Amino acid sequence: MIPLVSVVTFLPGLAGLALLFLPRRAAGVLWPAALAAAVVTFLLSLPLYFGFDAELIGYQFEEHARWMPTLGVSYHVGVDGISLLLVLLTTFLMPLALASAWDSIEDRVKEFVATMLILETGMLGVFVSLDLFLFYVFWEAMLIPMYFVIGVWGGPNRIYAAVKFVLYTMVGSMLMLVAILALYYQYGAATGRYTFDLPLLTQYVMAPGRAQSLMFLGFALAFAIKVPLFPFHTWLPDAHVEAPTAGSVILAGVLLKMGTYGFLRFCLPLFPDAALAYGPLVFTLAVIGVIYGAWVSTVQPDMKKLVAYSSVSHLGFVMLGIFTLNQQGLVGGLIQMVNHGLSTGALFLMVGMIYERRHSRLIADFGGLWQVIPAFSALFLVVTLSSLGLPGLNGFVGEFLLLLGAFQRNPWMAALATTGIIFAAVYMLWMYQRVVFGEVTRDANRRLADLTTREWAVLVPVVALIVWIGVYPAAFTGKTETTIEALIAQVQSKTSAHR
Amino acid sequence: MDTIVFPSVLFGPLAPTLVVLGAGALVLALDILPRAAPREIAAMVALAGMVGALLATVARWSTPGRAFRDMVVLDNFALFFNVVICYAGALIVLLSMDYLRRTGAESSEYWALVLFATAGMMLLAAAGDLVVVFLALELMSLSLYVLAGLFKRELASGEAAMKYFLLGAFASSFLLYGIALVYGATGTTNLDRIAAVVASRPRDPLFVIGLGLLMVGFGFKISSVPFHMWVPDVYQGAPTSVTALIATGSKAGAFAALIRVLTVTLRGVPPDWAALLWAMAAVTMTVGNVVALAQSNLKRMLAYSSIAHVGYMLVGLVAGGVGGAGSVLFYLLTYTFTTAGAFGVITLCERARGEAVEVSDYAGLARRHPVLAAALGLFLLSLVGIPPLAGFVGKFYVFGAAVRAGYVWLAVIGVLNSAAAAYYYLRIIVYMYMREPEGAATTYASSFAGGLALAIALLAIVLLGVMPAPFVDLAQAAVAPLLR
Repeated sequence: MIPLVSVVTFLPGLAGLALLFLPRRAAGVLWPAALAAAVVTFLLSLPLYFGFDAELIGYQFEEHARWMPTLGVSYHVGVDGISLLLVLLTTFLMPLALASAWDSIEDRVKEFVATMLILETGMLGVFVSLDLFLFYVFWEAMLIPMYFVIGVWGGPNRIYAAVKFVLYTMVGSMLMLVAILALYYQYGAATGRYTFDLPLLTQYVMAPGRAQSLMFLGFALAFAIKVPLFPFHTWLPDAHVEAPTAGSVILAGVLLKMGTYGFLRFCLPLFPDAALAYGPLVFTLAVIGVIYGAWVSTVQPDMKKLVAYSSVSHLGFVMLGIFTLNQQGLVGGLIQMVNHGLSTGALFLMVGMIYERRHSRLIADFGGLWQVIPAFSALFLVVTLSSLGLPGLNGFVGEFLLLLGAFQRNPWMAALATTGIIFAAVYMLWMYQRVVFGEVTRDANRRLADLTTREWAVLVPVVALIVWIGVYPAAFTGKTETTIEALIAQVQSKTSAHR
Repeated sequence: MDTIVFPSVLFGPLAPTLVVLGAGALVLALDILPRAAPREIAAMVALAGMVGALLATVARWSTPGRAFRDMVVLDNFALFFNVVICYAGALIVLLSMDYLRRTGAESSEYWALVLFATAGMMLLAAAGDLVVVFLALELMSLSLYVLAGLFKRELASGEAAMKYFLLGAFASSFLLYGIALVYGATGTTNLDRIAAVVASRPRDPLFVIGLGLLMVGFGFKISSVPFHMWVPDVYQGAPTSVTALIATGSKAGAFAALIRVLTVTLRGVPPDWAALLWAMAAVTMTVGNVVALAQSNLKRMLAYSSIAHVGYMLVGLVAGGVGGAGSVLFYLLTYTFTTAGAFGVITLCERARGEAVEVSDYAGLARRHPVLAAALGLFLLSLVGIPPLAGFVGKFYVFGAAVRAGYVWLAVIGVLNSAAAAYYYLRIIVYMYMREPEGAATTYASSFAGGLALAIALLAIVLLGVMPAPFVDLAQAAVAPLLR
């Protein structure tokens, strides 16, 4: 039996470490080797999808090994309907991100590909860990490669953005460490068994009250910063804008999902009473994020910044879905996590492509691109429409489901959030119109080259998936429904236990 | 005719210390050899002394012994510290070899003094009597005062030695006065017998004042706030290899004595002292970190950072019990390798005028010397507490012990401090990796011994980070007998 989850998780990181030791004269194989490692990782992760039994409750492909038995720490990994999709999203986006960087990263290539691959291991580790200690190790360790990606290969203001990113995240995750320890000792004192094992800890019914609330807040702050939930979002525009394209793709596509994933995986099942108690607050912040992100996006002159702020809005939707605590809302939120990874990842890729040609991202510098580069413009249209939630494309499925859930929970809030979709149409289409339609306004844009083969190869898979999810979402929602049902049942049984 | 009755003397419990002292004496004796003899001999003897002491320590593991009427107690607690101290000593000997040659300060006194200081630290860890505590502390401190002033022609080095000596002398007198008061209160200087007396009347004012003065003395040696004033100047002015020894070995020795004195004498006493330690821990980590934020000299920054780390260790001491004290031991182990490594990188970097100690000297290091930059980067990340490096596990245990003992808010202060500390550690990484070289070129000495020391330290921080369990178990087993 191959330990598939471990292989998928550690393959990229080990490949990255190995590439670091490549001699200088072999620099030519760096990109092909790194890309091959990422593609192989993706191919190896496919059996997880096909072999995953959607009818089963609980974790699959589980692996358990002793690590620090006296402390109750074990190496425990596995996937369920929630993490499966995020693992696939990660392995899917990484080859595309690397391919997009092939021509644009020229400085310290070896370090770049190694950092990216190590980052992939960190992110996958976060999603597959079923032990809080292991999870925390990946959660923290993953910070450092991202810090380097932004700080070394980023834009002019990269150092500020990188340090801000790390410090914000550190504050949250450090408090989460205290919460993890508190949970560990509380569980140990209550049951006599000291363990960091997540499945065991989730079985524990904790009494509602101050302790549970504080632990919830410890976890929630770390995740809220990562999501980012309004008002903890201020690191995001800096980090996204300064990061190189590949970094932005991963940052928006995967890293932000670690926050929402954390809410699903830890906050809801471990602290259900507190999650219910703070639910309205999170709900409100999510709606504020949806509208605020959309409004701020509308006035951005810089395309990358526009896409960055749109993430605040989209992730607000995801948070809204999660805290509906009902089936449609949660499934919608989860699918929306994947959708946002694809759409926003693709948007960053395309903004990056245009930046490489013109060395500008200002909307005002463009206009009439359809006449010059029609193929690019056509794909850009698909991605734009996906991002604003056009029916038939992926974004619609997620938003529809989660708003359906939200209306059951709180119709007024849901109605407010729905305006976010209208604003999304405003900022996305307005941007698209100014960049692509009309007359060619700048002479420098007349000689732009259309998509290269490599760029086609990067974009076609994303667009295909965008359409696939939009047309046949059951291929993905079907994998998660049982897990989500079980999660809701667990939350309900735990909260009703002390009534 | 009566024969003179010699008391039976057991040298066994002193064996590790004697090995180091013997090596020190041998180095001094070798000095009378003709000039033609290779100069590396002294360094080799010093290294052999450290390794020999390490082996002697490992050989005596779990065979506790007491000697000189319980004045020296070589239990697992002392042996654990001996391991830490011997590793620190060995790393510093390796780092010093080429460093001294380059700086022109090579002399056999250096090696002898390093060995004597190390012997003092080891004896400090094994001291079962306040008199031995004082003797060992003085042996260590006097050697270090001289070492700090090793660069005779440099003003900063002289200033460091002078400050260290004056403030250290103050600390010693506080300690000695404290010992006198404790003796007055309890009629003995033996820790176990003090504990027996104190258990019956724990609030004897004479004892409380005496122990308070002892805490002042120890506070100086471990450099906790508000007794930290000497640290930045001494760390900055002393030769970097000596700074490394002061930051690792002497801290370990002083902590060993502090933990033993506190846990043994206060064994049967309600934990009134926790409140004092709580405040000391909170203030120490906060002051250390906040002031470190503003430093532009790498050695000075590491000095303040070491103060902050003392604060974290005090958190473990506040928590108390096997978990708390054990976490401090483990933390010291991780801290020793990390800090020795970080200072080790500094000894290998130099610029036109002396050492490369300004943060800006490290701009673009990653381009010029990627291996050295990666090493310093890993040491700094371990100091931040990024998994899977040793520093993270150390913090994890210390804060874990605090949470377990109910000091959740102290743990929160600690982790927020760690987050703030990330800023100044990462600043060095920013300079190394994200900025281009500026100003006069910094050059790098190639040194096999120095490289070996860094490799050992790197291996240790990765091993302690990935597989900490056996070492944590050892640390907890080491403190268990103290708490009986």
